[in-house]
Amino acid sequence: MAGSDHLSRRDFITWITAAVGSLITVVIGLPALDYLIAPALTATSTDAWIPLGKLDSFEVGKPILSTFTRSKVNGWEKTVYSYGVFVLRKSQTEVVAFSNVCTHLGCRVNWQADKKEYVCPCHDGHFNINGQVVSGPPPRPLDTYATKVSGGVLSIHFLES
Amino acid sequence: MAKQLFNWLDEHLGLTDLYKAILDRPEPKGNWWNTLGSASLFLFVMQAVTGIFLTVYYTPSPDHAYDSIQYIMTGVPYGWLIRGIHHWGATLMVLVVFIHMIRVFVTASYKYPRELTWMVGVGLLILTLGMGFTGYLLPWDQKAYWATTVGTSIAGTVPWVGPIIEKALRGGPELSALTLSRFFAAHIWMIPALLVGAIGVHLYLIIKHGESQFPDKQD
Repeated sequence: MAGSDHLSRRDFITWITAAVGSLITVVIGLPALDYLIAPALTATSTDAWIPLGKLDSFEVGKPILSTFTRSKVNGWEKTVYSYGVFVLRKSQTEVVAFSNVCTHLGCRVNWQADKKEYVCPCHDGHFNINGQVVSGPPPRPLDTYATKVSGGVLSIHFLES
Repeated sequence: MAKQLFNWLDEHLGLTDLYKAILDRPEPKGNWWNTLGSASLFLFVMQAVTGIFLTVYYTPSPDHAYDSIQYIMTGVPYGWLIRGIHHWGATLMVLVVFIHMIRVFVTASYKYPRELTWMVGVGLLILTLGMGFTGYLLPWDQKAYWATTVGTSIAGTVPWVGPIIEKALRGGPELSALTLSRFFAAHIWMIPALLVGAIGVHLYLIIKHGESQFPDKQD
C-alpha cells in the first residue's frame, strides 16, 4: 500500500483514535480549567452609594471621620471590612470626602487639628487639609470619593475592584 | 527530526523494551472479566485526579467543611460534576475491585506463582475500603458524622486495645476537628501513598508472571 492514496486500516484506526482522544481531552480539559481558574473569571467589583448622614451634621471647615462597613463574600466565607472617610465640608454646599487610607502603603491616617494635617503613623506621611502631600513618602494626594446630597443626606460613591 | 529525538530517548530510556514488556506482552485468551483490574486502575486514577481538584476548594475544618462543599456544588463551575464523579467513582471503585477479586477467585488465578499478587490485592481491597471510610467523613454532614461515630466505635470493640484504637482514630474521646483533619490526612496522603506503592507491586507481579490461563476441564 505504500505510496498509494489508499488509507490503510491501521492508519484509519490511528487517526480516529487520535481524533477521539483529542476531543475527549478538550471536553474534559476545558471544564477542568474553568473549575481551577473560576475565581479569576468572577466579577467582584461592587459599586454603591453609601449614606454618611445629614449634611448639616458635618461642621463647616473641619474634617470629620465617618466610618462604615462593607461585607464581602469570598467563596464560602463572609468578611466584614471597615472603611473610614474624612468628610470636609468646605462651605454650606461644597463637600469633599477623603479616604483615610494613606497612599503610601495603606495605613490609616489621623487628622491632627493642631497641625491642620492628616498624619500617617506608619512612615510619617503628612497631608494638608485638602489631601495634598506636605511631606513624607506618599506618592499622591489622598484618594477622594464622589459625593452627592439628596434630601439633605450626604452619600459617597463607593467603588471596589 | 521527531524520529531522531525518539531514537535518542528510546536508546536512553529503553522505551521499546518497556512497551514490549508492559503493553505488548503475550496474553492468554480471555474475556471482559479480565479487564476489571485495568478498570480498577482507571478508577483509581480518576479518583486521584478528581480528588486533587476537590482539594483546591475543600477545607478540612468543622467550621468550613460543609460550607466549602456547598460552594463547590453551587458556586464553582463544574464543581458539581467533579464532586459527583468523585462520589460515584468511589462507590464504583469498591464494586469493581470486589468483582475483580471474585473473578480472580473463581478462575483460580491466585494459585502458584501468583500467591503474592493475591496477597497484595487483598491489601489493595482493604486500602480501597479505607479510602471509602475516611472519605465518607469529609462532607461533615449528619450522615458523615454518625457513620464515623459508629465506624470508630466498632474499632473500639477490639479486646484490650480497642479503646486506644478508637481514640487514635478519633484523635480523642469523641469526634472533633481533630478527627476531621486526621481523616483528611489519611484520605489524601497516607492511604493514597500506600495504594500507589501496593499498585506498583501488584502491576510488577502481573507483568512478571503474565496473566493466568483460564482453567479448562482437565484442571
